[in-house]
Amino acid sequence: MTLLAVERIKLFTTRSPLWCTLAALAITVGFAALIAGVDTENAPTVASTQFGYSFGLVVIMVMATLAVTTEYRFGTIRATFQAIPNRTAALLAKTTVVASFAAAIGLLSAFGSVAIAKLIQPSADLAINTAFEWRATAGVGLVYATAAVLAVAVGILIRQSSGAVAIVLIYSQLVESLVVLIPNVGADIQKWMPFYVANKFLTGDPDPTSRAVAEGPPPSAATLSPWWALAYFVGFAVVLLVISLVTANKRDA
Amino acid sequence: MIEAVGLTKRYGKTVAVDDLSFTVQAGRVTGFLGPNGAGKSTTMRMILGLDAPTAGNVRIDGKRYRELSNPLRVVGALLDAKWMHPNRTARAHLRWLAKSNRIPVSRVDEVLETVGLTNVANRRAGGFSLGMSQRLGIAAALLGDPRVLLFDEPVNGLDPEGILWIRRFMHRLAEEGRTVFVSSHLLSEMALTAQDLVVIGRGKLIAQCTTEEFVARAAENTVTVRSPQLAQLRAALGQQGATVRDEAESLVVSGMDIADIGELAAAKGVVLHELSPQRGSLEEAFMQLTGDAVEYHAADSDDEAALRNVAAAAADLQPAGK
Repeated sequence: MTLLAVERIKLFTTRSPLWCTLAALAITVGFAALIAGVDTENAPTVASTQFGYSFGLVVIMVMATLAVTTEYRFGTIRATFQAIPNRTAALLAKTTVVASFAAAIGLLSAFGSVAIAKLIQPSADLAINTAFEWRATAGVGLVYATAAVLAVAVGILIRQSSGAVAIVLIYSQLVESLVVLIPNVGADIQKWMPFYVANKFLTGDPDPTSRAVAEGPPPSAATLSPWWALAYFVGFAVVLLVISLVTANKRDA
Repeated sequence: MIEAVGLTKRYGKTVAVDDLSFTVQAGRVTGFLGPNGAGKSTTMRMILGLDAPTAGNVRIDGKRYRELSNPLRVVGALLDAKWMHPNRTARAHLRWLAKSNRIPVSRVDEVLETVGLTNVANRRAGGFSLGMSQRLGIAAALLGDPRVLLFDEPVNGLDPEGILWIRRFMHRLAEEGRTVFVSSHLLSEMALTAQDLVVIGRGKLIAQCTTEEFVARAAENTVTVRSPQLAQLRAALGQQGATVRDEAESLVVSGMDIADIGELAAAKGVVLHELSPQRGSLEEAFMQLTGDAVEYHAADSDDEAALRNVAAAAADLQPAGK
């Protein structure tokens, strides 16, 4: 608990959490407002309000990566390891705090998006009552938290802000969607890529609204069931985190 | 007490610290002296468990750093004053450190008071001058009221007032019975600050002794003699086996006691106008001992020749130094 308190103090005594929260909310809730306001022919659905979730995800991952790499950049990681020689414990505490913060932003932006759509189109049915609708909204918190763990692990491994952020963004935004261009096997590979699979958790079957693809995040063709998809994504993040912790313990700080 | 045994750190083929063994006693200020790149900071990082030694070990009061629970309460260290987040306030920086080692928050204001930063406690550390950062670093080192303190080049970039403050401060800490280990590449600074010295060059131990001993052993003691009968005196000194060097109007004698020179002159009936001891400067002493251990030589050819000379002198002195 002490270590969690330490990391909480560290995170909230800089400005990045504030800016990050504002940016993530502006993007996700903004998109929901845009879709609800512009597309007056189709009433917004719970799924369509979550259209901006993947953009908020980018902000979250940048925040999580920087939470680690700035420690290396400013040398505070050495002060941390000096105060807490058990590096695994120190870094796990940081991961926990950053992931919890990401989850909170995820919930805020998901429910905020539904709320703003309801505000703009009061007649739309935006009640969250099916399992799918709960996954599509509350699930954003889980996906953001897991993505934050992943980004923290990359930050620990790479240590350099620019390099780590570039890897996280290029992988999640480009590699996973471009892999489909590989002839014959591309589509099959994509079905097992972590962010694509995570998408299945949020958008996967059964979607009772049978919405058009354009309304909401594109559905995932991953073969796993939604909850197995989440387990797969979490597993991927945990493996990466374990590798990064082993590395951090071996390396000179 | 800090005890290093056979401490070695290799980066690939480069040996940064080479089989270094030394002890640092409590109740005294011990200087850790060596030219830039001698391995001082690497050694300090190994003491703090930040870098893992390739071989050997270092213990603090019998324990390895990683075995300490709440290490900030045992060892306080200032390795780099810039190891703080520029957007965090001075107080916040100390607050998370205190929390991590279960140190009461009231201690934060105490140490801020001690180093004189109370007025700027809520300002971002990024806006601090080097002197203020240095003070904040010292406050962090003092936070756990530790009995062992490490400072790496604490006076670098400070103004004379700041240097004086740190010097007095370290003496006070040692007088309270603490172990104070402070590195520097300036012997003149160490001569004023440290009672004991651990001297290294190229990662190797050159000397461990009191500062007085080090200076006395290393400094070349010569005697300047002026006389209207220089030629006669030179011959007499030569017969006695002293080394004599001609200066413009005088002789510089080494290898002979000043009293013996006076008596010799009296016996030969030589009139003396001056007979004065010349103590070598501290910097000369340091150069003599570490001359061949300087990592990066100046490219200037004159300097190189000079360094080769002191290197030769150091080779002679080294066995005595070990």
